[in-house]
Amino acid sequence: MRPFKAHAGIGVPLRRSSVDTDQIIAAEDTKRITRTGYEDALFATWRRNDKSFVLNHDAFKAGSILVAGPDFGTGSSREHAVWALMDYGFRVVISSAFADIFRGNAGKAGLLLAQCTQSDLDTLWTALESEPGIAITVDLTSKVVATKSFSCGFTIDEYTRWRLLEGLDDIDLTLRHVADIDAFEATRPAWLPSGKVAPV
Amino acid sequence: MTQDESRIAADRARSPGRTLADKIWDRHLVRAGGTVNGVAEPDLIYVDLHLLHEVASPQAFEGLRLAGKKVRRPDLTVAVEDHNVPTLDIHRPIADLLARSQIETLRRNCKEFGIRLYRIGDIDQGIVHVIGPELGLTQPGMILVCSDSHTATHGALGAFAFGIGTSQGEHVLATQTLPMTRFRTMSVTVTSTNGKLRPGVTSKDVALALVAQIGSTGGQGHAIEYRGNVIRGLSIEARTTLCNMSIEVGARVGMVAPDESTFAYLAGRTHAPKGGQWDAAVTAWRELRTDDDARFDKEVFIDADELTPYVTWGTKPGQGLPLSGSVPDPGSFQSESDRAAARQALRYMGLEPGTPLREIAIDTVFIGSCTNSRIEDLRAAAEVLRGRRIAKGLRMLVVPGSMRVRKQAMEERLDEVFGAAGAEWRMPGCSMCIGMNGDRLAPMERSASTTNRNFENRQGPGGRTHLVSPVVAAATAVRGTLSSPEDLED
Ligand code: SF4
Repeated sequence: MRPFKAHAGIGVPLRRSSVDTDQIIAAEDTKRITRTGYEDALFATWRRNDKSFVLNHDAFKAGSILVAGPDFGTGSSREHAVWALMDYGFRVVISSAFADIFRGNAGKAGLLLAQCTQSDLDTLWTALESEPGIAITVDLTSKVVATKSFSCGFTIDEYTRWRLLEGLDDIDLTLRHVADIDAFEATRPAWLPSGKVAPV
Repeated sequence: MTQDESRIAADRARSPGRTLADKIWDRHLVRAGGTVNGVAEPDLIYVDLHLLHEVASPQAFEGLRLAGKKVRRPDLTVAVEDHNVPTLDIHRPIADLLARSQIETLRRNCKEFGIRLYRIGDIDQGIVHVIGPELGLTQPGMILVCSDSHTATHGALGAFAFGIGTSQGEHVLATQTLPMTRFRTMSVTVTSTNGKLRPGVTSKDVALALVAQIGSTGGQGHAIEYRGNVIRGLSIEARTTLCNMSIEVGARVGMVAPDESTFAYLAGRTHAPKGGQWDAAVTAWRELRTDDDARFDKEVFIDADELTPYVTWGTKPGQGLPLSGSVPDPGSFQSESDRAAARQALRYMGLEPGTPLREIAIDTVFIGSCTNSRIEDLRAAAEVLRGRRIAKGLRMLVVPGSMRVRKQAMEERLDEVFGAAGAEWRMPGCSMCIGMNGDRLAPMERSASTTNRNFENRQGPGGRTHLVSPVVAAATAVRGTLSSPEDLED
């Protein structure tokens, strides 16, 4: 994973709450076996059917920071939702609340989720809507989100932040503890199931 | 922290008792989280069983291959074909080339890495959350994961089971562990005077009532334990329905402490322990309960004496009401975000405020999914349909959760009851719960569905979903509008 220190880009206001992963990417579009190539599938129904949808405005098309309503990413665990956001070009999602599984998936894939207060979110929305296409900078080192006229802090769990800043791979981090895993396995009771049928 | 929360936190610190969820977590600690470079590290927990399906796994295996890694414990990994599989003509090659390629990829990966796979047509094949308990793979006290958000279903047997994403799946394949921060705990206590639900009320209605009561984030970040006399009286299958919907309140885990019903359910199942191992296992399983002096981080109570069948009217599982109610006026909600969500939902659902729910006409009835496709669900629905016909012009699909459920139902001749009523009897799979295999709603088509999500476009682009229990689904099929069995004439 590439280290993530800071990012600047066009902010996209998505004034909807509880955007579930079925809306981010439909199940039909998760039938592929690759990890990339999902950019067209992102918010496909809204982009196709709703002219007023934010990503259909020229000013926002090249956006890379999504500013979304609370409870973003609820529903299905499909990680394709994170991949679709990243394939489209998003590097950061700002919201006042994220769903848990989505948060885990984003952390693994390197999509930064910056959590701010609802009132800061409202201010950001107003700024982005009154001047479509303006840039936001997100600094992971100082945990600050800023436009040219406004700035606020954000929260992220410190472990994920550290991994993102260093660009560390989670699996390799765990494999440093392989001796602990071996030791634990030796203590597991014999009756626990396995894919093989237990002998009678 | 609210005052309440800090009181609970203080109580917890004082009280030595542990919850069931905490006991299972502690038993699976490979390494308690420490500090690295001044940053708090999560715990490393061991995974007893990892279930896979065709949709979320290809990229996990690909990641392993690219990194030159192996599957650490193929014997603790089991795969099944379910999300994409056709429910008709299963012996022909799958027509949908993308679905076919996902399934072929899973077969190749399982072969390469030595993982047991239940393929289409196999007697042990079915929806991943149906076959786990059914085969005795799911057992009390385990930590079980699957790249699917409804994994909490397995908590019905006292397993600590949660959904993960594809990268986390790759992590488990490579290490059989996950770095995780402990979930907070929450109790949902369901009680009634006599410990029973009223006639015609099911655990699905309890689940829908819970989501309506606390909303889609009311359990966020929590492991739920369902307790109370009503829960004790529920069959294991009824418990799976309730645990299944835990994610719809945002909870990661939903579980019931194992009891005699659990042991009776598991005894003799394919992967359940045998002989002396069985006795040792039951002895250990009996310890799996929350201490009397343990405290939960959050507590919710449901009074089941007044509970009647629930249906949803909107596009979030929490947008539900008793069937006797009417479509709500968006203006009646307290917060602006709830009002906006209700307006959006009614627009999508094509509903007018004030319409009695019982008058909403339905085009398609779907009985199936990991929520409600087990033998007891099919029996209950068939009982309502016996000797009746479904309404003219209505389509009804019955999709058993697994090959074994299908076989059992056919031995009881339930397929004939469904057939005589005018319903279609299919092969097992996720089917119209998610519409990936082509079983789906047309735009604006309206369903009463025993599934768990009524999200926009979930059952097909533009499709409109009302979540219901199996008996409400069956009664609805007969009358053609949302109905409970009480509404049917003899
Ligand atoms: S039946 Fe539906 S909810 Fe259950 S695993 Fe399949 S797609 Fe997911």
